[in-house]
Amino acid sequence: MAIPLKYNLRNLIVRRTTTLTTALSITLTVAVFLVLMALAQGLETSLTSTGNPLNILIMREGANSEGVSIVDHDSYRVIKYLGGIAKDPQGNPWVSPEVIILINMKRRTDNTGANVTIRGLGPEGPSLRPQFKLIEGRMFRPGLREVIVSRRISHRFKDCGLGDKLKFAKGYWTVVGVFTAGNSAYDSEIWSDVNDLASDFDRQVYSDVVVRAKNKAAVAQIADEVANDRRLHLKPETEKKYYENQTSSATPIKAFGIFIAILMAVGAAFAAMNTMYAAVARRTREIGTLRALGYSRNSVLASFVLESIFIAVLGGIIGCLVAFPVNGITTGTTNFTTFSELAFQFQVSPMLMVRGIIFAAAIGFLGGFFPAWRASHESIVIALRSS
Amino acid sequence: MGKPVVEIKGLAKIFQRDSFAVSALENVNLQVDEGEFLCLMGPSGSGKSTLLHIIAGIDRPTAGELRVLGEDVGRVSEDRLAAWRNSHVGFVFQTFNLIPVLTAFENVELPLLLTKLSASERRKHVVSALELVGLKDRIQHYPRQLSGGQEQRVAIARAIVTDPTLIMADEPTGDLDARSAGEVLDILSRLNRDFHKTIIMVTHDPNAARHATVTRHLEKGQLLPQDEGVEVKA
Repeated sequence: MAIPLKYNLRNLIVRRTTTLTTALSITLTVAVFLVLMALAQGLETSLTSTGNPLNILIMREGANSEGVSIVDHDSYRVIKYLGGIAKDPQGNPWVSPEVIILINMKRRTDNTGANVTIRGLGPEGPSLRPQFKLIEGRMFRPGLREVIVSRRISHRFKDCGLGDKLKFAKGYWTVVGVFTAGNSAYDSEIWSDVNDLASDFDRQVYSDVVVRAKNKAAVAQIADEVANDRRLHLKPETEKKYYENQTSSATPIKAFGIFIAILMAVGAAFAAMNTMYAAVARRTREIGTLRALGYSRNSVLASFVLESIFIAVLGGIIGCLVAFPVNGITTGTTNFTTFSELAFQFQVSPMLMVRGIIFAAAIGFLGGFFPAWRASHESIVIALRSS
Repeated sequence: MGKPVVEIKGLAKIFQRDSFAVSALENVNLQVDEGEFLCLMGPSGSGKSTLLHIIAGIDRPTAGELRVLGEDVGRVSEDRLAAWRNSHVGFVFQTFNLIPVLTAFENVELPLLLTKLSASERRKHVVSALELVGLKDRIQHYPRQLSGGQEQRVAIARAIVTDPTLIMADEPTGDLDARSAGEVLDILSRLNRDFHKTIIMVTHDPNAARHATVTRHLEKGQLLPQDEGVEVKA
């Protein structure tokens, strides 16, 4: 049987100042780890939640983003009547020709510039995105230089409030609506009518065409038809895959987060180690007594490792509480595939907090193991003679 | 005379201090029979505590034969030795060695946590042990709330709670005033007389030695013949 846990807990209470100091060093480590991971997770979620598995993006061969793709009007007409494309409720092919434009806009906070994606959509465009929801104002109308703006862009950039006028291309565009798109990449866009946008930017071609397949089998059918039609020179890619490929934007943040967390974890592990060495030194005679009474080396080892893990988990829980308030805060970064602003929310999910606590426990284990090893391998006679 | 509990032949213990070898015990031969109260006396550094530790299985001899309760304690594995100590040996230390963050009850219960007894059985044993040393009313007291004499009585309760055959007491009265020392020695005598516990006690105190049935002297690591030194019968 193990040494009773109350022995460890009461010792922690007796030396509460050192317990709390050590726990707080782990709190800081876990909080920084969680904030950085919440950033990476928010960015990843924004991209992975964008795609609909039945939506297919048809782009120019060799294009790795919509912004560098072109699809001419003849190709669009061929695509529109491919087999396997679903019909909208009015019986029209569920297809949206789209134009992607990047414009440089000023941020509200520091007046610095960033590229923002303006998407021109065909009439079916919004219905192809089920996560789209107009929350203020109304939908843009073709021919009137009207735009609707995502709520995140509206909050982060100048002249993007409802009723504001945005100047780009050949004139002023009125913001007539604000929308959300279920934390997806569309939450970082401005939408307008595809023909208005193409004409104002003198575009004779679309950027890409988005189509909805009837079902899973039709996805492969459409992909085959596009890939094998020699007139098209286009490549199909499911919308889901397209956005998932962009999650590489989160990799540097994640790597940086892990790097910083490891550096801090080493420091915190040394703090835990120091605390536990002091605990072992203070309680050497008690350890000798416990071993004389019949507790094995492994019991002593487990007892001190558990004590260290307990301090660390306490620090980890406080770290979760410290990091939790960043949950839901919107921030933005450059999407290195599209070179445009990608706004997203920090996500401190329950799973991330569990990971944070496991991370804290690992620090506690590392910090506690060597002092516990020393405690358990001390000669009983020497331990009993210690003052 | 009871059957032999401790049988020692040609026992030696050498400590390595840097490059020097220090002989703590040399060619010790000793037999302790069941129900005996043996007092080991001798000047500081004579090897009496070392001998006690080796018999109790918390230190290992360098050479010689050693059987305690039929177990070759010098050669068994660490884990088996720990279990053996728990079942057969009770310890009483000079400095009491109670765990300060545990109550008297919890301190006495510690050795029982290694047994298969249920919580209610453990409670019964702990209360009986504390009652035997006259501290039933101090069950929820922490060591800091007890006098030195009371602490040592709790330590005795902890030593006897598993009903061991052998009780090892290392200077049990060394840190106590005369009155408390008398109480502790009376309890040890009672355990020997009424409960037939075999007790080996190390002490400097000739008054303490008077409670033993046999006294042996050590000098410079050698056990003097039984007729040398002072032998006191209780």
